[in-house]
Amino acid sequence: MAGLTPGVQRRGMVRGRKWPYHVSLTLTAFVIAFPLLYASLIATQSQSEIFSFQLTPGSALRSNFEAVWVKRDFAGAMWNSVQMSVLVTAGKTVLSLLAGLAFVYFKFRFKWFIFFFVLVTLMMPTEVMILAMFRMVSGFGWQDTMTALVVPFLASATGAFLFRQHFANLPGDLLEAAQIDGATPIKFLTRVLIPVSWNVIAALFVIQFVYTWNMFLWPSLIVRDESRSVVQVALQTLTNTEGALTYGPLMLAAIIASIPPAIFFVLMQKRFMSGFAIGQDK
Amino acid sequence: MLILGLIAAALLGPLFVWRTNDNPSVQRYGIASAVAVAGAAVTPLAMGQCGFSSVATGVDHLLAYGLMATASLLALLGARALFDRADGKKVTSGAMTGEISTGGFRMGWWVPWVLLSPTLVILVVFLYAPAVQTFTLSTQLTRLGAPKSIDVCFGNFSELLITDPFKLVAYPLLAIGAVYAARFFVRRTSPGTAGRRWADLAAVVAMLSVFVALYAMFSPGGGGQVAYRPVYLNTVIISVGIVALGMSGGLAIAYLAFRQIGGGAIYRTLLIWPYAISPAVAGVLFFMIFDPTAGIFQHSMEVVFGIDVPNYRENAVLAQTAIILASAWKILGYNILFYLAGLQTVPIDQIEAAIIDGAGTWQRFKKVVLPALSPMTFFLLVTNLTYAFFEVYATIDFMTKGAPAGKTSVAIYEIIRVGVNNGDLGRGAAQSVLLFIAIIGITLWQFRTSGSRVSYGGS
Repeated sequence: MAGLTPGVQRRGMVRGRKWPYHVSLTLTAFVIAFPLLYASLIATQSQSEIFSFQLTPGSALRSNFEAVWVKRDFAGAMWNSVQMSVLVTAGKTVLSLLAGLAFVYFKFRFKWFIFFFVLVTLMMPTEVMILAMFRMVSGFGWQDTMTALVVPFLASATGAFLFRQHFANLPGDLLEAAQIDGATPIKFLTRVLIPVSWNVIAALFVIQFVYTWNMFLWPSLIVRDESRSVVQVALQTLTNTEGALTYGPLMLAAIIASIPPAIFFVLMQKRFMSGFAIGQDK
Repeated sequence: MLILGLIAAALLGPLFVWRTNDNPSVQRYGIASAVAVAGAAVTPLAMGQCGFSSVATGVDHLLAYGLMATASLLALLGARALFDRADGKKVTSGAMTGEISTGGFRMGWWVPWVLLSPTLVILVVFLYAPAVQTFTLSTQLTRLGAPKSIDVCFGNFSELLITDPFKLVAYPLLAIGAVYAARFFVRRTSPGTAGRRWADLAAVVAMLSVFVALYAMFSPGGGGQVAYRPVYLNTVIISVGIVALGMSGGLAIAYLAFRQIGGGAIYRTLLIWPYAISPAVAGVLFFMIFDPTAGIFQHSMEVVFGIDVPNYRENAVLAQTAIILASAWKILGYNILFYLAGLQTVPIDQIEAAIIDGAGTWQRFKKVVLPALSPMTFFLLVTNLTYAFFEVYATIDFMTKGAPAGKTSVAIYEIIRVGVNNGDLGRGAAQSVLLFIAIIGITLWQFRTSGSRVSYGGS
């Protein structure tokens, strides 16, 4: 399973008529896209156009955008989300690389125990202990801070295992060569390991970026100050813009909130799949 | 009462060694017995024997015994690992432990610890410490932000369960008995016979009986008890709905899309993009579609079919269906992505035979493709379940907020409602512990079935 795309081109050639596949795939793609297409339509309409069930783009895109971006400071929420996602994802990647390096290229006492200690956290989802965490982090006085959104999520058992698995499958003489050159562990990591790990790093980056960007429960608990909230939570304040529910701005905001992870995911799709193949092979 | 439990533990220890150890000795029987008693004694000591106090009910005794048995068993598992090490056996498979180093930097002993320390510190402070605190909180009545708390022992748990301790023991035992009986039945029959078909049916019924037993164990409410049965039922219905719809849909679409035709890569991108959409946005989009006044669904049902669909936020079945649809739609892209990758590992000539041979397409699909995909199906089952347990929170919060009458309030939603919105930390923590036990159960089942597999969950 060396990457999806090269494999696909060799296998599963359709013989005979192809149009039934084109028709059914187009239909499926349309059904999957329907909620978003419908939301895009609503996003351009004014309240009265929505209630008349007009099926053509409306006239209110500009005012909806102003209501969302300027009046509701959605721009600020987007910036908060960008900061949180980039910091968490970058931090997780670095910490996971270091952990993978320690697990594969060092012999030390109690390694099996430490490994088990990290492994067990795979069955400890944050959501299960969110009440205790909420109380504890509030006790630190971290409410409404970026610290509370970033620091608790910096370590990743998934990431540590992904890199451990990947490093363990690299040729063993990489280290010997590096040791002859007298490289330190950090130099070995940056000069040797990282250059041969870009696909795995990219895969982890996409998974974690999308995951962090889409976080809702924890930010909704720990950040109560509206000016500091992330987009997923800011959406909720938009369900009520001017006393009554205004659908247009809400749909537009939902679309805007989805653009960064969607672009990121589509651009990185190929690397993601090949990095994923490395992880799954074992 | 406490003594009874300790005596049982003292007997359990040697029994455990006798069943699991290859070369048992008098010494080992003795050690195991002591370890089991020590393990069993830890929890009542830590909790001040409150489970056996004069005001404790039968259910409290039962929970105290259960906790003792669990601690005792954990201690015995530790002892077994030590015995196996002494015998020179590998504790677990190489992939599970850290024994795969390809080489070693010969440097100060502290270097790997420095590399690992950031990860370990974060895990201890933000995962292990809150986990322990969740257990402590679950035995207290304490309010958010209030400094004082009262110890209530198992009170937060027993109010979620039925009050009859005998039924509480009997129901799970019956269900487990049914599972083992069905397994025995399956083993006694040979494949392809009518007997095996009955046995397979019995196995399914036995699995369902586990869900029913759990339902019967939770309290229906009334008499100072908390009605937890509805929450359990909502969680089961919504999770099963999301997983079933998301996975079968994902497999069907992946099977359609993995064939090589012009523009295949574009189709694949158009099919998997909802992976990047958040559960909150999924909630917003379906909130719009199903909106009773402005939504397209209700309007078109009325105009095209003349059906007046009731407001989904006031109808339990419609509300649950709406949540399931929104969540299944969101997880669909993820499932298609992984099934597409999984289909790459199916022997190609067999798939082609399945495609060409129109008459038996379904049969071939069942006999060739499904079995080859089963590791992937299993992996997705666990990740989808995790999604349906936790990520569904945001979708519910946008679409129904638990309405109508709590019919879409699943376990995680209820935890936040009780613990944060009502500020009742202790009760919320007790419900968290229940969910924790469910997650541990699912994970152990996953490890047992598939060995160590790279997980792409979230954290």
